[in-house]
Amino acid sequence: MPPRSAIRLRGVVKTYGAVTAVAGLDLDVPEGTCVGLLGPNGAGKSTTMRLLTAQAIADEGSLEVLGYRLPEDSKQARALMGVAPQLDNLDTTLTVEQNLLVFAYLYRIPRSERKAAIERALEIANLADRRDAKVDALSGGMRRRLLIARALVHRPQLLLLDEPTVGLDPQVRQELWALIDQLRSEGTSILMSTHYIEEAARLADTVTVMAHGRAVATGRPADLVAEHAGREALEVYGPPARLREVEAEALGHGWPTRRTGTSVTILRAEDLDGRAPEGERRPANLEDVFVLLTGEEVE
Amino acid sequence: MTAGAAAGAGQRRRVGRLERSALAGVLVREIVNFSSYWRATTFSSTVEPTIYLLAFGFGFGALVSRVNGIPYVEFVGTGTVATAVLFSSVFPAMFGTFVKREFQRTYDAILAAPVDTEELVTGEALWIATRAGTYGCVPLLVAMVFGLDPSWGMLVVPFVAFTTGLGWACFGILIASLMSSIENFNYVTSIVVTPLMLVAGTYFPIDALPGWAQVLANLNPLFHCVEIVRHAVFGFEAVDLAHLGAIVLFGLVTWRLAIRRMERRLIQ
Repeated sequence: MPPRSAIRLRGVVKTYGAVTAVAGLDLDVPEGTCVGLLGPNGAGKSTTMRLLTAQAIADEGSLEVLGYRLPEDSKQARALMGVAPQLDNLDTTLTVEQNLLVFAYLYRIPRSERKAAIERALEIANLADRRDAKVDALSGGMRRRLLIARALVHRPQLLLLDEPTVGLDPQVRQELWALIDQLRSEGTSILMSTHYIEEAARLADTVTVMAHGRAVATGRPADLVAEHAGREALEVYGPPARLREVEAEALGHGWPTRRTGTSVTILRAEDLDGRAPEGERRPANLEDVFVLLTGEEVE
Repeated sequence: MTAGAAAGAGQRRRVGRLERSALAGVLVREIVNFSSYWRATTFSSTVEPTIYLLAFGFGFGALVSRVNGIPYVEFVGTGTVATAVLFSSVFPAMFGTFVKREFQRTYDAILAAPVDTEELVTGEALWIATRAGTYGCVPLLVAMVFGLDPSWGMLVVPFVAFTTGLGWACFGILIASLMSSIENFNYVTSIVVTPLMLVAGTYFPIDALPGWAQVLANLNPLFHCVEIVRHAVFGFEAVDLAHLGAIVLFGLVTWRLAIRRMERRLIQ
């Protein structure tokens, strides 16, 4: 029996006027897994997220979420999923608890379970002792935790996270990673868009790399690295003139390279014979794949 | 077994439109928010019509003692109900829905939940109309302090105020969904809201106006509200059914238009 899909997109196209935001996207989120949607800004990640809640309607293609066809049956699908948007849209003049209460109603939690659901969400957000604080008074990290907990108040089968840690301190980011990892281990299916490589590498069971509105590669992070970037990368440092020289040399030999600000990286360094220039060898990583496939530099 | 077949079996019914639980969600959000700002809103919604009533009632009242056989203070007191309804519906609808859509992104959050645009707009309008129905009664209470005699007919005033408020709330939501900048609301206020407020038979009877203006006044939903409220206090007439019909028609048209335009804004 094939694994059930929480999300299944085939050939999805979405244009805004002359701009094609999503250009024939295939995407699968197998039930109970975390899929990272990795791509540079403008790759179509946010549009994909909006398509999944029927806040954008696809021009072409088929979309299925938790067994429901979109957009026709999107309301049933929305009842079973939670969404943490990239832009914080909490009610800032309300308290933490009031924000959760409102969503307990919006997600139709029966009266008898409402109180317990709110307590559970407070636990998840680790904000039980700040329940009466106005959102205005919370730190950025607390607000983001509340935003995610709000999406979980009705125990959704599927969670959509749009850039969950953008703009947060490294320490806060790691707290959120722990939270997301815990949700996945409890069996919640997760689709997480991100442009942070490390986030996708750590949290995602499979990664779909998006560029220009389509999926350019899909697989487990380790497999993607092995397939596209090989085992080892060679970092060659030097002044700009030296870097140009190395690039020209690599081009001549047909070695795949990528430029980072201060170095030229030669990929598949394990295949280089004695002709390799001086440099530091390191294991290839997902960032190499990302840059190779999307042609974009990492921030 | 495929995913679709497994999840589908018993659940693949079409969900209804305007579901009660979806409306409840939108209303609860408004009510909880209201608990944090009701003082300011109640203050302005109460004091503003009272000032109009006092200024016109006593200012003009010194010059004009009776209009159509009614003491002028009572004429204005009953008429100001419509002003109170207008102010407490059209402005919250215009500014409130615009801010929630563009700045707070509240509607993005609500539409990601099992709530459709139709339910969102209807819920917002119902809530604003409820407030308008309540605040609309304030001028009558103030007029009673100044000597207006209570009557049984007054009991319909909250319902008339609610129905009128529903229409103006939907009108305001419609305007907000048509505008891409909040500054443009000034045009609507000067060209639509203020003239309609003045030419509704609130402060002076429209039969004193030239013929063309009387025709225009009949197209003004607020005029019909003023007429019903006045008749509710001083005695109903058969024509009030036509007035009610005009208010209901205004509400139905603006309601459907508001939903359609808001959907175009929110679902892209």
